[in-house]
Amino acid sequence: MWQPEQETIGRAELRALQEQRFQAAWAHIWLNAPAQRGILRDAGVEQGDVRSLDDLHKLPFTDKRAFTEQYPFGLFAVPPEDIVRLHSTSGTTSKPSMGGYTARDMQNWKDLNARVCAMAGVTKHDTAQISFGFGMFTGGFGLNYGLEHMGVRILPMGSGQTEKQLMMMIDMASTVLVATPSYALYLSEAVREAGIRDSLKLRVGLFGGEGHTPEMAAQIEENLGITATSNYGLCELGGPGLSGECLERKGMHIAEDHFYCEIIDPDTGAVLPEGETGELVVTPLTRQALPLIRYRTKDITRLNSERCACGRTHARMNPTLGRSDDMLIIRGVNIFPSQVESVLIRQEHIGPHYMLIVRREGVMDTLEVQVELVDGSVLESYRMLETIREKIRAEIRSILGITVKVTLVAPQTVERFMGKARRVRDERK
Amino acid sequence: MIEQVSVFLENKQGALKSILDVLADAGVDIRAISIADTTDFGILRMIVPDPDKALALLKDKGVTASKTAVTGCKLPDTPGALRDILTVLHMADISVEYIYAFVTRRAEDAYVILRVEDNARTQSVLQKAGHTLMTPKEVYSL
Repeated sequence: MWQPEQETIGRAELRALQEQRFQAAWAHIWLNAPAQRGILRDAGVEQGDVRSLDDLHKLPFTDKRAFTEQYPFGLFAVPPEDIVRLHSTSGTTSKPSMGGYTARDMQNWKDLNARVCAMAGVTKHDTAQISFGFGMFTGGFGLNYGLEHMGVRILPMGSGQTEKQLMMMIDMASTVLVATPSYALYLSEAVREAGIRDSLKLRVGLFGGEGHTPEMAAQIEENLGITATSNYGLCELGGPGLSGECLERKGMHIAEDHFYCEIIDPDTGAVLPEGETGELVVTPLTRQALPLIRYRTKDITRLNSERCACGRTHARMNPTLGRSDDMLIIRGVNIFPSQVESVLIRQEHIGPHYMLIVRREGVMDTLEVQVELVDGSVLESYRMLETIREKIRAEIRSILGITVKVTLVAPQTVERFMGKARRVRDERK
Repeated sequence: MIEQVSVFLENKQGALKSILDVLADAGVDIRAISIADTTDFGILRMIVPDPDKALALLKDKGVTASKTAVTGCKLPDTPGALRDILTVLHMADISVEYIYAFVTRRAEDAYVILRVEDNARTQSVLQKAGHTLMTPKEVYSL
C-alpha cells in the first residue's frame, strides 16, 4: 500500500476529512473561480446556502459543456502563473477540455498514481513499459509520475511501433504493461502470433483510458500470461489516479480522500442510493487549479463502500459499463458497445476486433456488427459460416433484446486503435 | 489426396483481385477455380499445383484460407457423364457438399472436383463403378 494511513482510514474519519476538505474547496471556488461563481449564481445558489456535503445535492452539475464554453481557462481557480502543467482531452468533436495542475496538484497526482500502481501489486523491483500515449493525454504522464515516485524502472514507449514494443518487452524484461485495453489487446495478439509469450517476464497489466469488459481482460491475460487490472480517471478531474483496482479485483478503489463521489440517475439527476447503477458524479476535494462542483463523468457504474479484503476502506466503483456518451439507443433499447463486446470476445473462429455501425433504414434503426473471420477451417461450408453468424446474432439478441446484422469480414480489415478505441460508427447523424 | 485451397472473400469490389494478385505475383498457376457467394461474402475454391505454398503465401498476407482434401474424377466430355457419377454416389448414399468441373486443352476428357464427407469411400465407390480417379499429380500438372 502506498499511503496506508489514508487508504485504510475509518469511514467516519474519512467523512470528517471529506467534509473539512469540501469546505475549503467550496470557499476556494467562491473566492478564486469567477466563472464557476457565476454559474452557481445563475442557478440561484449563494455561498451560504451550502453548509456541508449534505447540501451538495442542491447544487447544479458541471459538465463537459462548461469546459467547452469556458475554454481554455475559464473554470480555473488560480492565476496562470501558478499553473505548472496543462493537459487536454482529444477534443474530436469540439474544443478540448483543458486540465491544469498547480505544483501541489502535481504532488497529489504522483501519490494518487503510485497508489493505483501499488494496488495492482507493482513494486520498485518492477520494470514498467508505458504504452500509453504521452503528449496532452493525461494517461502516459500520470502513470509515469506514479511509477517514478515509487522508484519503478520505466520504459516510456508511448503507443505504436508494435514490433519495437515487443523487442523492448523482451530485452528489457518488462514486468508491468501500462496501456489502453484496446492497445494491450493488439499487443497481446502480436505476442501470440509471434509465439513469444514464454520469452516475456510480464506479470501485471494496468489498463485505463477507456472501459473494457471482463471478457476482453481475460483474453489479454491469456495472451500475455498476466494479471490485468483497471484504473480510471478523466482529464477534467486530473487524469488517472481517481480510482484503481486492487488484486482482489472486485472494483476500483476511489481515492475518496481527494474525490467525493455520487451516483445519479442520468435522466433525472436524482442521487441514487449506494449499490444502484447510474452515472458517476465527482466533486474533487483537493484540487487547486481546477476545483469543480459535481462533475458529470458520463460513466455508468455503481459504488460499494464495504471494506475490501485488501484492507482498504475506500469505496469501490465497478468497472464502467461504458460512457453514457457511448450508449446507443437503437429502436428504443439502450445499448453499450461493451455488451456487444462481451458476446463477441467469447466466440470461436473470429478475432477480437469489431466495429458497430448504426444506420437508419426507413424508420428503423439497424445495427451491423462487423467481425473478422480468422479461422480458415470453417471455410468448408456455408453452413459453418452461417452457424457462426447465427450464434452471434442469437447471443446478442438474448442479451440486448435486439436483432443485429452480423457481417464477417477479412482479417486485418477492422480498424485497430493505438490509443482509445472508437468502435462505433453512427451513420444516423 | 488432392488438396483444394479455400479462401474467404468479402463481398466487395476488388476482394477477388487482391487474392489473385498475391498468387499471380508469386507465379502460382491456378488449375481450377470456383466461387460461390451469398449476399455478404463468398468462398473461393482453387486447385493449384502446390497447395501448401499457395496457403503459406495467402496466410502471410493475413488472408483467411485453408486446404481440404477433395476427390477428383475424370469423365468423358459427353452429355450425361456427370449425371452417371452422381447416380453412382446417390446409390451409395453419399452426399456431395459441392462440385465443380473443368475442361482442359485435351478436349476428350472433362474433370470434376467433388467435396464429400468421406473421400476414401467415395473413391472406392467410383472406382468400382468403373470411373477413373485423378491423382494429385495429374490434377496439379493439368
